[in-house]
Amino acid sequence: MTGILSLITYSPLIGVAAILLLRSFAKSEDARTVETAKWIALVTTLATLALSSLLVAQFDPANAGFQFMEDYPWFAGLHYRMGVDGISVLFVLLTAFLMPFCIVASWKSIETRVLEYLIAFLVLETLVIGVFCALDLALFYGFFEFGLVPMFLIIGIWGGKNRVYAAYKFFLYTLLGSVLMLAAILAMIGIAGTSSIPELMTYKFDPALQTWLWLAFFASFAVKMPMWPVHTWLPDAHVEAPTAGSVILAGILLKMGGYGFLRFSLPMFPQASDYFTPLVFAMSVIAVVYTSLVAFRQTDIKKLIAYSSVAHMGFVTMGIFAGNAAGVQGAIFQMLSHGVISGALFLCVGVVYDRMHTREIAFYGGLVNRMPWYAATFLLFTMGNVGLPGTSGFVGEILTMTGVYQVSTWTAVVAATGVIFSAVYALSLYRRVVFGELTNPKLAEISDLDWREVAIFVPLILATIFLGIYPAAIFDLTQASVDNLVATYQAAIGG
Amino acid sequence: MNFSADISLALPEVILAISALTLLVFGAFAPRQTNALMVASMAALAAAGYAAAVGPMGRGFAGGMIADNASAFAQVAIYAASALAIPLGMKWFERRDVRNFEFPILILLAALGMGMMVSAGDLISLYMGVELQSLALYVLAAMHRDNAKASEAGLKYFVLGALSSGLLLYGASLIYGFAGSTKFVDIAAAVHGAANTGVIFGLVFLICGLAFKVSAAPFHMWTPDVYEGAPTPVVAFFAAAPKLAAMVLFARVLTEGFGDVIWQWRQILVCISLFSIAVGAFGGLAQQNLKRLWAYSSIANVGYAVLGLASGTAEGVQAMLVFMVLYMVDVTGFFACLTALSRDGKPMETVADMAGLFKTRPAIALAMTAFSLSALGLPPFSGFWAKFYVFKAAIAVSDPVIQGAAIAGLVGSVVAAFYYLRLIKVMWFDNAEGGTDPIPGEARAIAIGAALFSFPVVLAALVYIDPLAKAAALALGQ
Repeated sequence: MTGILSLITYSPLIGVAAILLLRSFAKSEDARTVETAKWIALVTTLATLALSSLLVAQFDPANAGFQFMEDYPWFAGLHYRMGVDGISVLFVLLTAFLMPFCIVASWKSIETRVLEYLIAFLVLETLVIGVFCALDLALFYGFFEFGLVPMFLIIGIWGGKNRVYAAYKFFLYTLLGSVLMLAAILAMIGIAGTSSIPELMTYKFDPALQTWLWLAFFASFAVKMPMWPVHTWLPDAHVEAPTAGSVILAGILLKMGGYGFLRFSLPMFPQASDYFTPLVFAMSVIAVVYTSLVAFRQTDIKKLIAYSSVAHMGFVTMGIFAGNAAGVQGAIFQMLSHGVISGALFLCVGVVYDRMHTREIAFYGGLVNRMPWYAATFLLFTMGNVGLPGTSGFVGEILTMTGVYQVSTWTAVVAATGVIFSAVYALSLYRRVVFGELTNPKLAEISDLDWREVAIFVPLILATIFLGIYPAAIFDLTQASVDNLVATYQAAIGG
Repeated sequence: MNFSADISLALPEVILAISALTLLVFGAFAPRQTNALMVASMAALAAAGYAAAVGPMGRGFAGGMIADNASAFAQVAIYAASALAIPLGMKWFERRDVRNFEFPILILLAALGMGMMVSAGDLISLYMGVELQSLALYVLAAMHRDNAKASEAGLKYFVLGALSSGLLLYGASLIYGFAGSTKFVDIAAAVHGAANTGVIFGLVFLICGLAFKVSAAPFHMWTPDVYEGAPTPVVAFFAAAPKLAAMVLFARVLTEGFGDVIWQWRQILVCISLFSIAVGAFGGLAQQNLKRLWAYSSIANVGYAVLGLASGTAEGVQAMLVFMVLYMVDVTGFFACLTALSRDGKPMETVADMAGLFKTRPAIALAMTAFSLSALGLPPFSGFWAKFYVFKAAIAVSDPVIQGAAIAGLVGSVVAAFYYLRLIKVMWFDNAEGGTDPIPGEARAIAIGAALFSFPVVLAALVYIDPLAKAAALALGQ
């Protein structure tokens, strides 16, 4: 199976090539060409999903190391290295899983420059999967950093009113974090003499140096995650991005930060991670409590969900730096679950936005009268977001808090209040949008979900409930790698 | 060393000198034969590049000339860039009905000067090379005679260039006076261990003169004006190859002549580097004219190259060489895009002119996007790998000053990101204000070729450039 990772990573580019060919043959962008291009993109993403599923099926859960390795020497001592372990393989699947929804969700809502839009999404898919598969620092950085460009274009071209500002803010915030990480990467290559991530995971950096390297990586991942107080780009980016852009942003791009902590911070700089754990805990609980409160005060549906993402990511960072099996497992689970649920929530917003072209909460109200199926779907994902037992949101939150409780009781206690706050803002959003009388006359003719939207939501609903009822599906895959990570980490910090 | 052996070492330069003079005579009698001139001059450059690549190595002319891996590496790159500039410029002038058959000859002479610069073994050949190159460039900058701006640019370039040559010469004479020799190896022996103040004094002047030639801050003032005024294809030429030549010369003087007193010049270079990065990043923010914008970008980029040199290690010099070669492709490509774009006969030179370019000229817009992202230092474009080399070398030096400078440089690249992003934003997000004139073939070919080099060809090309640059860097350190 060697080569499957490269195949998965670059398979979306085959779709890009097909779309470019189509464009050069068709000359003009008439409706038929656009329709064909959409089908090409959909088929490509589905093919990538099929390949990723095959990857997960072939994955050996008992093996804690990296699998499906590819390793070819490159220039300047760098290598082209790819591989997945129990932690990254699921993120590959998550990316491939969410992408077809993005394409379908944009089917009608994107009307201008559709071909470029599809190309941007396919390129983005390649880059994100590349991030999760890359096992060489330079390769990882390349995928990680270039992901900014398609997202910059997606927000800037197909975004809302204030899109240019949001695109700039997104780009520059993330770039500043990334260049510091680049400095750390270069220093690591210089000191350890290798750019191989598996080798660096066992390399013991000097504790004093670890502090600096940790901080540089933290700068990048904390922005990406995003953690309080560098989260302010996220609400702007979400509000301006088109629906599918928000899905990718919340569903996948944010997870690159958490993945980075798991792949770099914890195994490579254990002493520094231990040293900075209180800082991370503090920032996480502030994110959980403060951004939940901020979310409650929002008047824009998307902004509210964006802030709720920041709060949920607080659980993730907390769980990761708890440094025990429960915390890390919970963090990974929370990321996957949040990827599905927040993606679905943004799609829910997209449904009403496509019909009414506004995201003001006050505009809506009483949707249940006209859209019962929509109301039921939205309710399910709202409950998932709150963390209702039986949905996937519950498992991640309870596990991370269990993990954190073992390390810092107070952190867990304060974070637990965040669960209540999340119920406050999520339920109040739901009440204001869905329940009540249909007072706004403009909503009188609003229609319920059509078949395309049903097709989007059914798999997401199934995933949310399946993961909530049978989380072992995930844990079986991650167990060996997480145990290995935690054991090494605890040994290194002498815990 | 006998004379014929010396000549065989200097074969590339000999080829260029003879071709330039022959073509000058030919042009004087048949000034309309521009195509023949173009092909012949490009052939001469190709022959010189081939001779440099496969020719013998060694020191000739009593140590005044060095043919080694470094000079071969630089010469091939320089001659290739010069060869590209010839069709770009000749067609451009033809479209404006300026039929100057001297254009390719001046390029040949400039290339000859650059060839001498990169193989200079003593202060005399250093100065000869620099002057030959500079004089040819002054004339090229003013070549568009009927254009007042171009004449102004040429004059400005000449006056300030003459000043810098004065500094260079003064520094050279001081070094000669105190070290007792003009040859780099003898200077190295004279300054062994502790250099006396006179030599260092001269070195500072020499560095100032060279910093002017590479347009490093604080000797950068001429750059935006000259870039703006000079004909665009000429800018495409002198923004690329001469900088590489001057940087190689820089490296040769410093590592070969003053390698033992690195602590004396490293601090100067670090200051120049940081200052250039800052001036380039902040100065570019307010620019509306793309040629000026790219002038500031080039100032910043030279700052990065100087940082590689300031590391002083073989790795640092290698980084500088890789950086300059990759940068040369980008800058040539970008200016080729600019030569290609005009609207109703008037060149499109401002950021606002590029509005909606992606809709009207997707290929050129994509190429310019690639060059902007590359200059921004975004992977996987060549500009990222260039910076990757430089910062890797700088961080590896166990000197907190250099390491700090590297981190400051990285942050500087975020500031510069503003103006590159603005260009991308204008091309992609805004609506077009009008069409463009047909894109000339040669400019399109160069632009797209350079963009493809920037990504993805660079990923394969570096496999070959990396060892060559390393060999060149090791040769320079001897």
